[in-house]
Amino acid sequence: MITLADIADYMPMIKRPAPKFISESGARIYGVVAEFADPPAVYHAAEKFRDAGYTKWDVYSPFPVHGIEEAMGIKRTILPVAAFGAAMTGVAGALLMQYFMNDWDYQFIVQGKPTSAWEPFIPITFEMGVLATAFTCIGGMLMLNGLPRWHHPLFNSERFLKVSDDRLIIAVEAADPKFDPDATRRLLEETGGTHIELIEDED
Amino acid sequence: MSSIHPDQVTAERLAGLRERPGEYVASPNGADGTAIEDPAVRAPLVLDDLTFSEVTDTVCSYAECGPPKPWLMMITITSMIAAVGTGMILYLIVTGVGVWGLNNQVDWAWDITNFVFWIGIGHAGTLISAILCLLKQKWRTAVNRSAEAMTIFAVICAGIFPGIHVGRVWMAWMLFPIPNSNGIWPNFRSPLLWDVFAVSTYATVSLLFWYMGMLPDLATLRDRAHLRLAQGRERRLKLPMPVGKDIVIPYLPSAERVAAFVYGFFSLGWRFSSRHWHRYEAAYLVLAGISTPLVLSVHSIVSFDFATSILPGWHTTIFPPYFVAGAIFGGFAMVLFLLIPCRKFMPGFKNLLTIRHLENMAKIILLTGMMVGFAYAMEFFIAWYGGNEYEWHVFINNRANPAEAPYWWAYWAMISCNVLSPQVFWFRKMRQSPLAIWIVAGCVTVGMWFERFVIIVTSLHRAFLPGEWGMFHPTWVDILTFVGSCGIFATLFLLFLKYLPVFAMAELKAVMPAADPHGHGEGHDPVASVAGGASAEGHPSGRGH
Repeated sequence: MITLADIADYMPMIKRPAPKFISESGARIYGVVAEFADPPAVYHAAEKFRDAGYTKWDVYSPFPVHGIEEAMGIKRTILPVAAFGAAMTGVAGALLMQYFMNDWDYQFIVQGKPTSAWEPFIPITFEMGVLATAFTCIGGMLMLNGLPRWHHPLFNSERFLKVSDDRLIIAVEAADPKFDPDATRRLLEETGGTHIELIEDED
Repeated sequence: MSSIHPDQVTAERLAGLRERPGEYVASPNGADGTAIEDPAVRAPLVLDDLTFSEVTDTVCSYAECGPPKPWLMMITITSMIAAVGTGMILYLIVTGVGVWGLNNQVDWAWDITNFVFWIGIGHAGTLISAILCLLKQKWRTAVNRSAEAMTIFAVICAGIFPGIHVGRVWMAWMLFPIPNSNGIWPNFRSPLLWDVFAVSTYATVSLLFWYMGMLPDLATLRDRAHLRLAQGRERRLKLPMPVGKDIVIPYLPSAERVAAFVYGFFSLGWRFSSRHWHRYEAAYLVLAGISTPLVLSVHSIVSFDFATSILPGWHTTIFPPYFVAGAIFGGFAMVLFLLIPCRKFMPGFKNLLTIRHLENMAKIILLTGMMVGFAYAMEFFIAWYGGNEYEWHVFINNRANPAEAPYWWAYWAMISCNVLSPQVFWFRKMRQSPLAIWIVAGCVTVGMWFERFVIIVTSLHRAFLPGEWGMFHPTWVDILTFVGSCGIFATLFLLFLKYLPVFAMAELKAVMPAADPHGHGEGHDPVASVAGGASAEGHPSGRGH
């Protein structure tokens, strides 16, 4: 579910809703992060968070942890469907282009062959379908991920920068309806999280 | 080598401490990456029991150090060669295609040979990333990044030749379906136009695939640059000097600031979120799925340029599969030819690109070499069996028979490089010897160039009418343009080796045993630590319980 706060992230002219939690220094709180020792630990912790009913939280790992989708309860992405739609659009566009150009607008008669034959149009139709799919896959992946973006509150944490190396981190956002500074911290501790840290967001 | 008394060798053999003559003994823990005798046990993909962090350090260190002197020397030479090539292209454009050795009879010669040669080389990268990804061949993770980079640079080189071969280069835009003042459109029935679409789609999709795979690794380089900035470890940009001290460049920002900005810009704010990874993997899989038929289609379409003509020697239905097999063959040879020296000279490279990888690629070379050899034989058989005297003439009198064919040496160079030289890979010793593989890969690269030369020039130079027969002799411009394209390729590859993540770090980490969330990854302690060095004291990876 996309909220106003999510959109405000990308559009500075939209005023962000007032923060629910602020830190001691008065800054908006983004959320809490905790480090986990290894993939099994983060996998089991993710199951606990999923079962506790959290929705706005995430596991950060240097590589895709196998099966973490189920542990986190992530729904299947619609990306393959979008890719299929793009493929069909590319195919249709290429066929329309070739029929328009060689059969309707300017009839090229080569070796007396019929100008409306579909066979010679197949290679380009295929290539255009592939091209459209490729752009949709990557563009769609980035769009659904809310990328590209210049900055993210998590990058304020020096520990978080090591995720790209070898750390496994769970971050729970303050925007989560179930977020509670004490209860969430306790759950992170119970599931084996260490180095629990409050992440501030600059406004 | 220390000297040992022969008696001692015999004693050790009897005691089972040393292999008997002719017996192959794998290293006990597979730590050298060679295949292990027990077929149920696979050699590890990452050697030396590296931790995740050590993998990151090894790969990032190439991009993070100052430019090494040997690298600078090499790139100076290759960029000068590339400059000569660019000069030749300019000379061709301002003078005309007459500066090449083409003539009315042989109107496609080195230019199209080079085009097909480079585009063929460009097939290994996407094959490794797409087809091997779908086949769940985990070993691809060590080679896919550099092979994809090589693909893109090869396609760039390939794109140059047909572009400048059209003669009036400033009219090249007529290849594309753009409305023009003549009111006509391109002819979509022409395989040459199919080629334009196939090659440009291939270049675009390969670039997207490469870039998408690199996103997380660029983000790793970005994070490391930010960490160094936070710790105050900044390195000034320096002007490298051949002798003496390098000169610090004033006013410019430090190397870390440049890295943080450039890698940060191109990593698009990737933050390793599992929700992102989920979509990323789905997108990667779909891309792999569509790139697989794409790879096969591109060289098939290139072969249509020839196969749809009526010229004897070109007009055969075996061309599409034959060209695809040849492209994979030549592409893998080029991957090996480039990576074996890297393995030798770049620190830590050996642990990530192991003998197991080389052996697998040697097997693919052997397989595709046999396929290409089969295609050569089948072409010859059909020329005889088909009973077309023109076709038979092309094969015997234009190519194979030294008494008749002026280009016989090209044909036999092709056969010996492409069919005979890979046969050494029937022996495991050869498949596991980097030097042997490197020599064979070099032979295959040369042989694949000759294959295209044989197909194009020997078919054209003596076709139907003896009155039209002629010879092709390359001019100095022909030669230097080809050499220049090799320089462009080498320069781009050297830049890649220095400034981009050479290995797919995220993928490498994902296939390491410690990455298994269920803890029974091949031979590793279920509680092996990720962050700490605990995996170093675990069993050597790859040995199952």
